[in-house]
Amino acid sequence: MKILVCISNVPDTTTKITFTDNNTQFNTQGVQYILNPYDEIALARAVELAENEQGTVTVLHVGDANADATLRKALAIGASDAVRINAQPTDAYFVASQIAAYAQDKGFDMILTGRESIDYNGTKVAAMLGEMLDIPSVSITKKITIEGNTGILEREIEGGKEVLAIPFPFVAGTAEGVADWKIPNMRGIMSARTKPLLVVEPIEVQGLSKIVKFESPASRTSVQLIDASEVGKLIDLLQSQGFLKN
Amino acid sequence: MSVLVYIENTEGKFKKSGFEVLSYAKTIANQLNTNLIALSIGNVADDDLKSLGNYGADKVLTVNHQNLKSFVNQAYSAIIAQAAKNSDASVVVLSNSFTGKGLAPRIAVKLQAGLADGAISLPDMADGKFIVKNNVFSSKAIAFVEITSAIKVLALMPNAYKVVETGGQATVENFDYQANESDFKTIIKEIVKASDKVSLPDAEIVVSAGRGLKGPENWGMIEELAALLGAAVACSKPVSDAHWRPHEEHVGQTGITVSPNLYIAIGISGAIQHIAGVSSSKIIVVINSDANAPFFKVADYGIVGDAFELVPQLIAAVKALKS
Repeated sequence: MKILVCISNVPDTTTKITFTDNNTQFNTQGVQYILNPYDEIALARAVELAENEQGTVTVLHVGDANADATLRKALAIGASDAVRINAQPTDAYFVASQIAAYAQDKGFDMILTGRESIDYNGTKVAAMLGEMLDIPSVSITKKITIEGNTGILEREIEGGKEVLAIPFPFVAGTAEGVADWKIPNMRGIMSARTKPLLVVEPIEVQGLSKIVKFESPASRTSVQLIDASEVGKLIDLLQSQGFLKN
Repeated sequence: MSVLVYIENTEGKFKKSGFEVLSYAKTIANQLNTNLIALSIGNVADDDLKSLGNYGADKVLTVNHQNLKSFVNQAYSAIIAQAAKNSDASVVVLSNSFTGKGLAPRIAVKLQAGLADGAISLPDMADGKFIVKNNVFSSKAIAFVEITSAIKVLALMPNAYKVVETGGQATVENFDYQANESDFKTIIKEIVKASDKVSLPDAEIVVSAGRGLKGPENWGMIEELAALLGAAVACSKPVSDAHWRPHEEHVGQTGITVSPNLYIAIGISGAIQHIAGVSSSKIIVVINSDANAPFFKVADYGIVGDAFELVPQLIAAVKALKS
């Protein structure tokens, strides 16, 4: 079984988000980058599945050499080899196009991505890839198991879940619950140094959207504290704002 | 030219998020001085289809086929893209729901259209551009996304646009689509309903609790308060990590992002990752025994006190109000 896991390199969850160049660029000064947490659980599940099925796991990133440390971490977690498509991503369409061009003739049975990256928060690449490769996609996957050449996936739906059977190949965006985060062990870290990291040049493709400006969300006015002995006051306040209907 | 909007249904019934999407798309159609066409897939009663006119639809296209009773995203996205082409749509609008998130990117690729998902504003079309805002960096910032393609796809964030009733009835037409067998590879084995509880992503009120509750056995009062308020129940990451509550209730940066009108946080200190998932809530109420809990800094209303005393009092006060 061949699995491809697409990963992004994102600012650490505690990063203070600021911008430069008249609020048009994210300020990367002093920012610590990490493997996107959702991609990390996709990778953890891929490694578990590959172990059971004697498979391989390739990790892929679209971006510059700054992400090589993150790719090495993915190798330490258990990926067999890494690929970096050497391009500055513009939008999800650009990224999905690059991945699709690479994956097209490689015979992957399953392509995993995180459900979203914690920087630009799109839930786009998995479904775009599915469309570009003309295979099924599940954007928010809570569980993946394998039965022969079929994936059994749980998809989150409003107020419940759906259990799907999807023949290989397919794309899945993984959410929490698909696997536990894995901490690389010493042997993994040592072997990661010698595993292959292939750099591939991008294909020519135009993005269809771009971010032209950022702004900070409106800050809240300071909190109005209510004394613990006057709980009714809170209810009155909420009612006056139309929250409590009879 | 037209604006096409896809309206989801749950077991044949339209939801509030569908009316939000319609009202939003109607405003865009007015801006473009064009018609609004609504598309419905699955078995929906004729009267319900006609009622979409009350939210601005000029025409309703309906596709009802045995194969389409349940959601199959490849087939649904193919139908929506075909309808967009047939109606010469320049803008396609969906909800940024779990379903919409699976559909919108596939539709965008089929139409070679740029996609803004999680849209929180109407498009700004000044100077011939098309710019929509969405939340990025887990709601720590807002991005202005310019779509540069001829056709645009927008997935509207739930609770981001007010439902407007315009009056009127829409004409209903059957839409014939070209089925493609390869669009039906995904087989639905089972649909498991969590319960009759309010669904978290589109809830207007969310009651959320954290480690301050001390153990899963204490969630009864949280569920009772939520039921009284018509709210969904949520929790913080440590709570779902400890398996006190299921993962699907975890809100925060690595869980579900919510934007309800009212978010009530009980016994949650307010780690930056949790706040990231709830900060676009309109009103935040924080109840915590620690006056220094960081959550108070982003709250609108706060009570410093013991949840085990305050929550039962809240329940009693809401009950008194209702009777």
